[in-house]
Amino acid sequence: MQVSSINFKRYVSEKLNDENLQQALSRLQTRFVGGRAAVIGEIADLEASRTAAAAIRDRVLQNLDQWLLHFERQATARGATVHWADTGADVNRIVAEIAALHGVRKAAKSKSMVSEECGLNEALERQGIEVVETDLGEYILQLAHEPPSHIVAPVVHKSKEEIADLFAEKHQRPRKTDIAELCREAREILRPAFLSADMGISGANFLIAETGSALIVTNEGNGRLVTTLPRVHVAITGIEKVVPTLEDVTTLLRLLPRSATGQSITNYVSVLTGNKGAADHDGPEHFHIILVDNGRSSLLGGELQSMLRCIRCGACMNHCPVYQNIGGHAYGWVYPGPMGSILTPTFVGLENAPDLPNASTLCGACGEVCPVKIPLPDLLRQLREKLAERGLKPWQERVALSLWSWMARHPAVYALATKIAVRALKYAGGADGLLHRLPGASGWTDGRDMPAPVGKTFRELYHQGKRP
Amino acid sequence: MSDRDRILARIGKALGSSEAAQIDAHLATHARGPAPPRLDNPVAHFKERALMLSSDVMEAASMADVPAVLAHHLAERGLPSQGVCWPALADLPWHGAGLDIEARPANDRDLLGITGAFCAIAETGTLMLLSGPETPASASLLPETHVAIVATGRIVASMEDAWDLLRSECERPPRAVNFISGPSRTADIEQTVTLGAHGPYRVVLILVDSTKID
Repeated sequence: MQVSSINFKRYVSEKLNDENLQQALSRLQTRFVGGRAAVIGEIADLEASRTAAAAIRDRVLQNLDQWLLHFERQATARGATVHWADTGADVNRIVAEIAALHGVRKAAKSKSMVSEECGLNEALERQGIEVVETDLGEYILQLAHEPPSHIVAPVVHKSKEEIADLFAEKHQRPRKTDIAELCREAREILRPAFLSADMGISGANFLIAETGSALIVTNEGNGRLVTTLPRVHVAITGIEKVVPTLEDVTTLLRLLPRSATGQSITNYVSVLTGNKGAADHDGPEHFHIILVDNGRSSLLGGELQSMLRCIRCGACMNHCPVYQNIGGHAYGWVYPGPMGSILTPTFVGLENAPDLPNASTLCGACGEVCPVKIPLPDLLRQLREKLAERGLKPWQERVALSLWSWMARHPAVYALATKIAVRALKYAGGADGLLHRLPGASGWTDGRDMPAPVGKTFRELYHQGKRP
Repeated sequence: MSDRDRILARIGKALGSSEAAQIDAHLATHARGPAPPRLDNPVAHFKERALMLSSDVMEAASMADVPAVLAHHLAERGLPSQGVCWPALADLPWHGAGLDIEARPANDRDLLGITGAFCAIAETGTLMLLSGPETPASASLLPETHVAIVATGRIVASMEDAWDLLRSECERPPRAVNFISGPSRTADIEQTVTLGAHGPYRVVLILVDSTKID
């Protein structure tokens, strides 16, 4: 997917004025924030579970190469083929090679955010392979030629009326507006795609080192269909997704759907190991697993390593006051919200996404709801420091801050400057004592007035004994 | 240098030394994480959770009674009485109950799929199915109605208990372990939950008292 995070500020003003989007985002809060709150208490000791989950993820990250090698041995022993992809382009090349090897003409795909990183669909289509997205949300986006705006609910930004129009146009069937009818129509259109596809493409929520399995959680059943019916299955996932044992993955599964959609468990959890057996009636004859780096290893051993614990539940964005107001597209790449504001600059370069680390009020909600205890606000602060170190802040901000820093080290100058400033601001405030406009702060004063200072500094008032 | 070597070299450099021995030690323990709340009556809890997931739950006095219980339910709901079952369930008296059931994997035209379950998990009201020649995965996936026969003695408290059962009874995991928790659903359009996305529209659980299974 093309990175357009550099346009963040422009996108934000567009999104804030998009009434449809604002309505859609309020629904997200009700369903996902409310949904999580309703079921998270089912976990006997939430803090202990989050701590255990973080420890499971850290255990793997501390010895990631060894765990990957163990996974590879176990998966290979069961007949799967394990591939390693350094970059998104490598993923596309490997999938195209697999397709060519098995004579694949048509692929049915369940949701994979890693494949969005690579722009896999476009790459395969260039090779003459038809790709059908089968997750309902992703299918709608494929028809509309749009990127996802949420990692769990990709089409959260669209209303049912927009989807009804899209289906009527693309399916050439009478327009329906009932949600259940729209879902049935998509089911009827997509069922033949599952049956006729030569290759199923999926992500993997976890890789289990103990058994060499890929684990996939889905609700719609499309994940099961694309991994059961086509003769080739390709699972694409990040190198950090390894989990040691079936017990470890169970601890994570108690947290993932509850944090994501407010479900105690997703409808389907599939643990897939190896190829179809000789006597089996179903399952793929060829099972390929692609382990993708694409920037992940650069987080290892550094200040941002804990970001690799992420299990992609989306709770951080659901609870983020910034995401709640601007939606996912404003972030300009695959991963929105707080986790995206860390991953995007890391994967595509801080210089290509300089506004994202600042797209947070640091209210701390993301860190509190994170099921694997990623200290997201701290990581955002680290990135802000990097922005400053690398001179990626706007020049006005840099000049203002160095000026302020110099004054703070010279108290006499500071006192004089503030004396002048509060008097000037009092004068500017006029008779009603309100500042309607402030140079350099129009973003603030466009929407509200700022009360003008009373004309004396805090220190002056303090010395006069007027304790405010 | 292959992608594999490049990635492993980069990880190795970032982490410094890593030890394979630690891995083996952890794998050997199968240590469990924090336990879910203890259940006094797993069977009752399973039923309660299954209903919350929009599954239908009914009971049959014995395996031989399953076809009659199912036939009654299907007639009541106006659902087709024709479908497929796992080859492992071929010998039940389907025909005697007025059902037209073939013991074979399901295809796209089958509207009713009948399966057993390796076990069931009380904590979440979940079925655990293992794929295999006698237990094809398609039967619980392609038809609009999925019927699963669950022996009450195979209802375990947690997913960890289910893994223990798998380890004790199978040499290794089958190609697919499928955990099923109610009918397929989607909430992609306006976050409104709709049952019957790509998989079954309804899941019918028929519980059989294990003491009555021979």
